[in-house]
Amino acid sequence: MSTYALELSNVTKSFGKTAIIRGVNLAVHKGERVAVIGPNGAGKSTLFNLISGRFEPTSGSIKLHGNEIIGQRPYEISRRGLARSFQITNIFSRLSVFENLRCAALFSSGQKYSFWKPLSKLTELNDRTEALMASLELKRRRDVPASLLTYSEQRALEVGLTIAGGGDVILLDEPTAGMSHSETDRFVHLIRTVTVGKTLLTVEHDMGVVFGLADRIAVLVYGEVIAFDTPDKVRADAKVKEAYLGAVLDAEGAHA
Amino acid sequence: MSSTAMKPLHFKPLNGVRIVVWSTFALVLLLLPVLARSNFAVTLLCLTGIAAIACMSYNMLLGQAGMLSFGHAVYTGLGAFVAIHVMNKIGGGWPIPMWLIPLVAGFAGLGFGALLGFVTTRKAGTPFSMITLGVGELVFAAALMFPEFFGGEAGINSNRTAGTGWLHSLGLNFGGQIQVYYLIAIYLFVCTAAMYAFTQTPLGRIANAVRDNAERAEFVGYDTRWVRYLIVMASSFFAGIAGGLTAINFEAATADLVHGTRSGGYLLFTFLGGVGFFFGPIIGAVLLIFSLVVLSELTKAWQLYVGIVFLIMVVFAPGGISSLLMLNLRRVKYGEWRKMRWPYAGMVFFGLIALWGFAAIVEMAYQVQVAAGSGSVVTVARIPMDASQLTSWLIAAVVLLFGGICFEIWRRKFNKVWSEGEERIAEAIKKAEAAIV
Repeated sequence: MSTYALELSNVTKSFGKTAIIRGVNLAVHKGERVAVIGPNGAGKSTLFNLISGRFEPTSGSIKLHGNEIIGQRPYEISRRGLARSFQITNIFSRLSVFENLRCAALFSSGQKYSFWKPLSKLTELNDRTEALMASLELKRRRDVPASLLTYSEQRALEVGLTIAGGGDVILLDEPTAGMSHSETDRFVHLIRTVTVGKTLLTVEHDMGVVFGLADRIAVLVYGEVIAFDTPDKVRADAKVKEAYLGAVLDAEGAHA
Repeated sequence: MSSTAMKPLHFKPLNGVRIVVWSTFALVLLLLPVLARSNFAVTLLCLTGIAAIACMSYNMLLGQAGMLSFGHAVYTGLGAFVAIHVMNKIGGGWPIPMWLIPLVAGFAGLGFGALLGFVTTRKAGTPFSMITLGVGELVFAAALMFPEFFGGEAGINSNRTAGTGWLHSLGLNFGGQIQVYYLIAIYLFVCTAAMYAFTQTPLGRIANAVRDNAERAEFVGYDTRWVRYLIVMASSFFAGIAGGLTAINFEAATADLVHGTRSGGYLLFTFLGGVGFFFGPIIGAVLLIFSLVVLSELTKAWQLYVGIVFLIMVVFAPGGISSLLMLNLRRVKYGEWRKMRWPYAGMVFFGLIALWGFAAIVEMAYQVQVAAGSGSVVTVARIPMDASQLTSWLIAAVVLLFGGICFEIWRRKFNKVWSEGEERIAEAIKKAEAAIV
């Protein structure tokens, strides 16, 4: 039964009396790339926060590879193979780029809390970190503290921290926000390469990115998923057009 | 991509440099008492060595894990008390050699860290600080409540020459201060090496990550509370060792060993030494003992000077002395230091003049307000000043003003030279980065 990598059933979340997520159902297959779109305030980031354990849902069920994860702490969910990035860059500011990436890979490499082995002897981990750093195109900034990186470098590092641990379900919260067009193109290519074979959920505003990247699109409006289908069908969906982005989709469709 | 580009770069630890640094450290520890020549100096060295272990253990919390503890003396102090009791047991016939006492105290510290840390590490940030403050008060209150263990006002005495063992039969019974010094030196060297090694392990690095961004650490799989707990235990272990050495050094333990004033001292001087670099707390320990023992002999107002230096450092050099050192070393590395010699000389020269004026005012005020019974004349850097004469106050004020203004002029020159150098270094770094493929 559990062919889904991630399965949300009737998930709700209220802050006080305000219902932000109002019964979300979403079933994502293994290896699928899903874009979550929706107008501002629709609850996209909140949804990610619920899945990753940052907040606890008010009700409902969230299953990762068939296992219920509601009520678990973020680190427990992370250890089960779910990794996420943040909309607002969330990195280890005083550590170097290399140390950032190595820290993100440390737990899953089996080192956990060990203090009887020097880091420099962990050859396999170090090689893997170097390789990841190269694929993020951050090699020349290896020993620079993360706080001194440029914005787009920090965004790349943010994604790097997310994938370094080898999680197989990846949540990216607006990975290309604030980037120029050329940076975005490069970055989408990067995301595509580093998430091969993984299940990907991404919140995205750039429709070019959405249609270029996603196998399926989930449209979130006022805390509900009003459509969840292939890009073509979502584009044609009357409800979606009405509720949200008819104009945007037509415009994108014209030069797609 | 070519095959060379695919090959991951390996981090090469500078083994040569490392060997030189550590052997120099060992050699300095070995030779210091020879240079010291007087008993008083050896006593100072002993205190400094112990303080260095304590401050480094404190920096495992503050510098490496970002945990501002207000109760570190709890662990050094309780370690000392356990040590003093075990020392007395050795006197009563327990077959433990005296040189193992610091290790015993270390495990006692670890035990108390496990016990009290379980409470303190439930929270991070400000709540953590508050809880450590509370626990510190609690332990001090307990110290006065349980005279059987803490010895009440008088404390508990012991004898470090007790016991047997092969060291003892060689005549090494810690009777003389110099033997105690070498015991401290050996523990200092081993503890420093162990604490440094700790910073290079997965747990040590994750402590840095939790310091920088605890939330993100949770999202890469780490239970940050568990990390804090482990760090507190590790830190308490080394704090306990410092406490054990204190017990041997003084052959006594009193309740003030666990008092908040001592905790505050560790915080203040670790910060002054610098929390950002591993060796910073060693500098802090030197300053701690210098202030506590030497400066307090020179002037009764020593706490006032320490407080002002602390204030100035917090505002202008929050990285402490070690960061100032490293910034200057960076200048040397990029060949930029020579340009700053004159601005530095000017600042030091006029800074000292201003300091004299300031010290004269402080000392005269102190003499008038606190020590009027012993007359109105004080000597400030060998110059006698009569606090009852208005001219003395005028002279001091003018000197302070003159020194201060000249200092400020030189400081501006210095700033200009400094930022010009900074630009050149930034360019050099950019060039070097561009050269990496």
